[in-house]
Amino acid sequence: MIFASAIDRFIEYPDEWVVPLDKWIDDITDFIIDAGEPVWDGMAAVLGFALAEANAVLTLLPWSVMLLVFFGLGFLTGGTKLAVGVSVGFLLIAAVGMWDLAMATLALILVATALAILIGIPLGILMSKYQWVHNALRPVLDLMQTLPSFVYLIPVVMIFSIGRIPALLATFIYSVPPTIRLTNLGIRQVASDVVEAGQSLGSTPLQLLTKIQLPLALPTIMAGVNQTIMMALAMVVIASMIGAGGLGVEVLRGVGQLDIGRGFVGGICIVVLAIIIDRLTQEAVHPPE
Amino acid sequence: MSTTALSVGGSNISMTQENVTETAISVRNLYKIFGRRLRRSLELVGEGASKEEVQEATGDTVGVNNVSFDIYPEETFIVMGLSGSGKSTLVRCVIRLIEPTRGTVEIKGEDITRMDESALRSIRRRELGMVFQQFALFPHRTVRDNVAYGLEVQGISRKERHERAEEVLEMVGLAAWEDYRPTALSGGMQQRVGLARALAHDPNILLMDEPFSALDPLIRRDMQAELVDMQRKLNKSIMFITHDLDEALKLGDRIAIMNQGEVVQVGTPKEIVTEPADDYVADFVRDVDRFKILSARDAIGSNIPVLPSDTTVKQAWKSLSDSEIPYCVMVNGNRGLVGTVYAHDVRNAVDNGKVRLSEMPVHEAATASPKSSIERLLPKMSANYHPVVLLDERDRVEGVVDASSLVASLVRETESGSE
Repeated sequence: MIFASAIDRFIEYPDEWVVPLDKWIDDITDFIIDAGEPVWDGMAAVLGFALAEANAVLTLLPWSVMLLVFFGLGFLTGGTKLAVGVSVGFLLIAAVGMWDLAMATLALILVATALAILIGIPLGILMSKYQWVHNALRPVLDLMQTLPSFVYLIPVVMIFSIGRIPALLATFIYSVPPTIRLTNLGIRQVASDVVEAGQSLGSTPLQLLTKIQLPLALPTIMAGVNQTIMMALAMVVIASMIGAGGLGVEVLRGVGQLDIGRGFVGGICIVVLAIIIDRLTQEAVHPPE
Repeated sequence: MSTTALSVGGSNISMTQENVTETAISVRNLYKIFGRRLRRSLELVGEGASKEEVQEATGDTVGVNNVSFDIYPEETFIVMGLSGSGKSTLVRCVIRLIEPTRGTVEIKGEDITRMDESALRSIRRRELGMVFQQFALFPHRTVRDNVAYGLEVQGISRKERHERAEEVLEMVGLAAWEDYRPTALSGGMQQRVGLARALAHDPNILLMDEPFSALDPLIRRDMQAELVDMQRKLNKSIMFITHDLDEALKLGDRIAIMNQGEVVQVGTPKEIVTEPADDYVADFVRDVDRFKILSARDAIGSNIPVLPSDTTVKQAWKSLSDSEIPYCVMVNGNRGLVGTVYAHDVRNAVDNGKVRLSEMPVHEAATASPKSSIERLLPKMSANYHPVVLLDERDRVEGVVDASSLVASLVRETESGSE
């Protein structure tokens, strides 16, 4: 009898052998939430402020004036053709009645991208300088990009509850890896003899970084930032589930209420916004001769 | 600056204070091994294992194997070897772009292998300039800012470093190109920028890692000639890496030949060609053109009469008929050249024994420096049957080369080379 029950264990995985990983993660999360409370509060305050300011700036002026501002931005980075394209895109968004929501989404993306640059580029630099940082960060980055984004919405919501701050953080976590990766790659790709030339002339490591490595890695880094922006846009709908607001809400409601028209309009506006930002940032990296 | 004793691989080399301060670069028992089992590999190398044997036993690669040499001030020292011989690794160890595994490198008596980061930076800024095979210019900076970079990192003001950069660029013939990006320049011009950049902070030592290998043959020849010209004015100590034997022979005061990470011979170009240390070197130099290696001094004919102008015709005729040479070279009291006198003129005058040589018809003679290659003498000799007179720096006659003495010198060298 004992023998038979022993065999059973190898047929059905026994419940008592199941590792309570979910319980552990609960405990860890609880601990993090409690212990880090002042930190989370501070972060929420800073990010909330940044988001509110970005939103305020974008909605401060009437849509017609903003259109002119975008035209100017397009002209400065890519000339007349880009300026016209950008303006037509925004006009389209205004025409379908999505201007304010688009600005809210844009604010979220701008802040998430600023955060990604602020944190991603230094991390990328450390990764290129120290092999151990590289080895430690690589699996983390892989995890951040492959983990279904819903999974880490949960702890973020637990810490910050529903709202725009957790949406911003979720967007940041999802979109920062390309900036880190491509900063690291860009610096490592600088020709070794050019780095040697800098060293042979007696550069300090900081001089080497700021005067040679970063300028030469800049196109690659900017490609990473461009990727980050595109990924942030891809998070718009998911982030709206935890209260991000903006265009994602329209898509979400369209799905939830079977309002196909509304969902499509929201979706199209996200695509238009993505194209505009992509063109603008790409032109900024490779300015026309 | 004190007496240093090194104990490497069981051998003791002590250097006195004197020869420490005399050398620009002094490399002693230098090893560079790439890999993970360095201690075992060093042991094996110390026991005389070859590069392949070490590779097989530990998986490590021996880049530089027990190399020692000195480079003296104002000398052009060539390190020559084929690809994989360790020459590029060696020059990088000298400026510590690569960390040597064992051994010492002294720059003007200071051991660079024991310096901390800041001392290393300081000696690079003060004493060393490096030129790279693929130029290694900074593509995001103008030519001027490339050249000024070394001064910029030292915190020298923009105005001052730009003035200096323009001065150096003018010296290398690129005065009009200051505002261009390096990519707008041809290969030869880019390497001039590389040279200017290495010279801008006025180092005493230039490290040149195959600087001309990436250039077209014609441009390469121009650059070699310019380097020789420049060196005549600047008198730097140069460590020059090349895989091109002709280049080594043309530019080098002394040459070190590397094979499998070891220096197999150090010597003057003539020594390398005429007294190769082993089969490897002999094989290397077998096809070298002797006309380029032998200097005019090597071809001086010992039997050609060089006579003072107050010699009597009788005495002159005696010398001429002894040597059976149809002319003599007449010099004044300071051994300065007057010209050549033909034997038949002397014979016609010989009955009148009191006539001096100075009263004979004098013919103009071709001249050359004793240091020029015999290749350079050939056109001067082919014009007529006259000899070429070699004049030293003070224009005194050092000797005379004629067709038969030149052939004799070639035969001599070929015989000693085949021994």
